[in-house]
Amino acid sequence: MLAGEAGEPRRWAIAHQVTVGEFFDAADLVPVSQAHIMADTESLGEAGVEFLESLAAMPRAERQVRVPTLTDPRGLDFAVYKRLGQSDGMAALEARAIAALKAFGVLMTDTCINYQTILPPVRGEHLAMGDTGVVIYSNSVFGARSNFEGGPSALAAGLTGRTPRYGYHLDECRRATRRFRLDTAPRDLSEWGALGGIVGRATGSYWEVPLIEGLDAAPGSDALKHFGAALASYGSVALFDMPGITAADLVLADPHVATARIGRADIDAFLQSYAAPGDKVDVVVFAAPQLSLIEMAEVADALDGRQVHSQTTLLVATSPEIKHAADRMGLTARIEATGAIVAAGICFYQSYAGELAEANGWRRLVTNSAKLTNIIGGYGYRPSLLSLERCVEAAVAGRM
Amino acid sequence: MPTVLRCHPGIGPAVEGVALVAPDNFSARYDLDRKKGVFSRPGHALAGQSYNGRILVLNDAKGGVATAWMLHEMKSRGIVPLALVFNRVNPILAQGAAFGAVTMVDRFDGDVTRLIHTDDRLRIDPAAGKVEILERAAPAK
Repeated sequence: MLAGEAGEPRRWAIAHQVTVGEFFDAADLVPVSQAHIMADTESLGEAGVEFLESLAAMPRAERQVRVPTLTDPRGLDFAVYKRLGQSDGMAALEARAIAALKAFGVLMTDTCINYQTILPPVRGEHLAMGDTGVVIYSNSVFGARSNFEGGPSALAAGLTGRTPRYGYHLDECRRATRRFRLDTAPRDLSEWGALGGIVGRATGSYWEVPLIEGLDAAPGSDALKHFGAALASYGSVALFDMPGITAADLVLADPHVATARIGRADIDAFLQSYAAPGDKVDVVVFAAPQLSLIEMAEVADALDGRQVHSQTTLLVATSPEIKHAADRMGLTARIEATGAIVAAGICFYQSYAGELAEANGWRRLVTNSAKLTNIIGGYGYRPSLLSLERCVEAAVAGRM
Repeated sequence: MPTVLRCHPGIGPAVEGVALVAPDNFSARYDLDRKKGVFSRPGHALAGQSYNGRILVLNDAKGGVATAWMLHEMKSRGIVPLALVFNRVNPILAQGAAFGAVTMVDRFDGDVTRLIHTDDRLRIDPAAGKVEILERAAPAK
């Protein structure tokens, strides 16, 4: 393959994997059953799209992926991009990227909740997942095995059907190195995200694995989704263990490692650090990760009979599969009747967030996603983290 | 004789340039205004400073997978760090360096953000796993 006898796409893929594998001292490559590509056009740029197109122009037998390969959210939703202030140029670049990805045989799932909606992993399954939230959920809750695979590496894994065996493919990395004990239970998704942020900041490295004890009851899938996404975002963490709840089922690398306690005051202080009472609210975002069907129903219930303030935009982002279900069940119509926008296949921060701020004059962003709160500051936003209900109150009042 | 720092063999070509150092972590998506070529995240130790053509010496990688594409995109426009020197990187930074052919090294014996100072002149040899401090920056007045 490295000599090019299987074609240029696979030659490029294996050469990339050898470079990355040698950097991490990987002994060999491990077969994977799925790959998942983050390939939004804001990250790709013209150069990245041209790269995809150059490989997509190769003969079909040389460019087809060898394992099911999915996509992470895209840069825009063609149905709503004009309402959001995105440009025709962005849409044209997105269309080129989609055409190139389809030429590889990639399944355009456009989702960061594929573990809830497409094909949940199983324990021990080796994967090449391309979204930090997907990786940490797959590794921890299901006990699957994946590293963070950026877009080029996930595409390479799709083309070769394998990935370098390092990091969380190996038993020696799958041991808990940090220990936390909860003295309180998060009360909603924003607090689960806050807890992920607290543990993430304290852990602070891809190569550290937190073990979290003290939960009386199993959280739901959406709670662990927000917890894991924030933990991966704030700490670059790819694996955690909640004994008795998650399938990762890890041992402590050092049984005498100190236990850090997390209480109500810690969660309150985390939320308070983003508070801005009285501030005008420019945009309210429910996304990052995309909403499950249950979350869509909760947003619809909270909005029913109300109207989003004329100076505020409320954006809800979910996956194409969930959007179809929400359409069918009338949830989309209920949400959009309030003036809100429901988008499919995007996740806001991957959608030219800086250009959106400029085009719409947005600065104060309110969300129930701790992950989004962490990311969006670099794009010039001032984020606040509130519960779903308080986000809706802010959207209706136009103020915090 | 230049000071020689040993590290794990890295990625990309050997380069010479001037260091920009902070003990902070890094993500292209979270921390940069890639159009202007500056650190844009409020609270980052390098906020407001240009990274273009500098050797970034930082602690660790942050969450997020976008940097894997972004280094390539930044290089295509010529507004990109010359090299990345970290205490430890995550897979995304390594994959991004490999895809964008950007020089990157990590895993030193000590804290590289303390061993190297802003404006030090460095030579990085990823294949050999070493960073030479060719010239120390003038002490701050």
